[in-house]
Amino acid sequence: MTVHNIYIFDRNGNCLFYNEWNRKKQAGISKEEEFKLMYGMLFSIRSFVSKMSPLDMKDGFLSFQTSKYRLHYLETPSGLKLVLNTDLSVNSARETLQHIYSNLYVELVVKNPACSLAPPLDSELFCSRLDAFVRSLAFFSPRAA
Amino acid sequence: MAIFSVYVVNKAGGLIYQYDNYVPRSEVEKTFSYPLDLVLKHHDEKVIVSFGQRDGIKVGHALLSINGVDVIGKNTADGKDTLEYLKDPANYPVSIRFGRARLSSNEKLMLASMFHSLFAIGSQLSPEVGSSGIEMLETDVFKLHCFQTLTGIKFIVLADPRQSGIDALLKKIYEIYSDFALKNPFYSLEMPIRCELFDQNLKSALEVAEKAGNFGAGS
Repeated sequence: MTVHNIYIFDRNGNCLFYNEWNRKKQAGISKEEEFKLMYGMLFSIRSFVSKMSPLDMKDGFLSFQTSKYRLHYLETPSGLKLVLNTDLSVNSARETLQHIYSNLYVELVVKNPACSLAPPLDSELFCSRLDAFVRSLAFFSPRAA
Repeated sequence: MAIFSVYVVNKAGGLIYQYDNYVPRSEVEKTFSYPLDLVLKHHDEKVIVSFGQRDGIKVGHALLSINGVDVIGKNTADGKDTLEYLKDPANYPVSIRFGRARLSSNEKLMLASMFHSLFAIGSQLSPEVGSSGIEMLETDVFKLHCFQTLTGIKFIVLADPRQSGIDALLKKIYEIYSDFALKNPFYSLEMPIRCELFDQNLKSALEVAEKAGNFGAGS
């Protein structure tokens, strides 16, 4: 029961924030390339889903899972994309992502006049509060390395 | 009634089989008078609504027919450009049908190949060692399940999110593929599947799965 990592992208595809807790395998490419690949994959999945969908969608793409992890996705109406990778035991992290957006990002970053919304996000308070919040989640348990 | 479609993708990423079991069509027909309060635009050889969502007509819906006659691409059945036709006040009042555009077979080919790549990227970006590609993709309206065999063939099923038993269905489709496509001496590997027995058995497997799944998902 664990959270692997989190990405936050703005509407232009720049990665505003990234943090990892329990990542066992790196992607084998540099961090910038990994962010671009992740954003590109999400953009393509969204377009894929809107074409494939048999009915009109309201929320769109929610999550996907592989044999080892699950990726949860939340997109705000302003184009901010939050991505959370967890293990398979977490069914829906939508409320978690919604909480991270409305109670952490909006409160600590958007409402902070000193914090520019351009990448990279350099609000220490946001980083530490987010870290504390994720560690306090019911489904987070750091495994002994 | 809850399994929408089945796609089979070969190991190069090309679509070799596609079957639409149940595609719910949401279409709205309304009579309009001049001027038209919807903003329409050309997109991908179709005319779609870009602004002015109302009464069941959503942004992204395509113009399907005018006065009961289906449009062909961007033109009406007579060959006139649809947008020009709708700009002329003499043609009003006009009855137009809007709805979700059906996917053409070219688009299905492109989407299947797109999924093939997304499947691989899902595995590459994994934070855990030894992850497979995307096995299940969830949206609020449908769930996409994918099973990749050891030989690289992917069986993709789009179903209702509440439908259960899709994993068993995917294995069953694999069985049907190996029985009626691979054992068919006239079938060449990685080529489009044109085997009647495969179609028939796939349809009955889908019926069985829907009935079985409904016991779990229905209530």
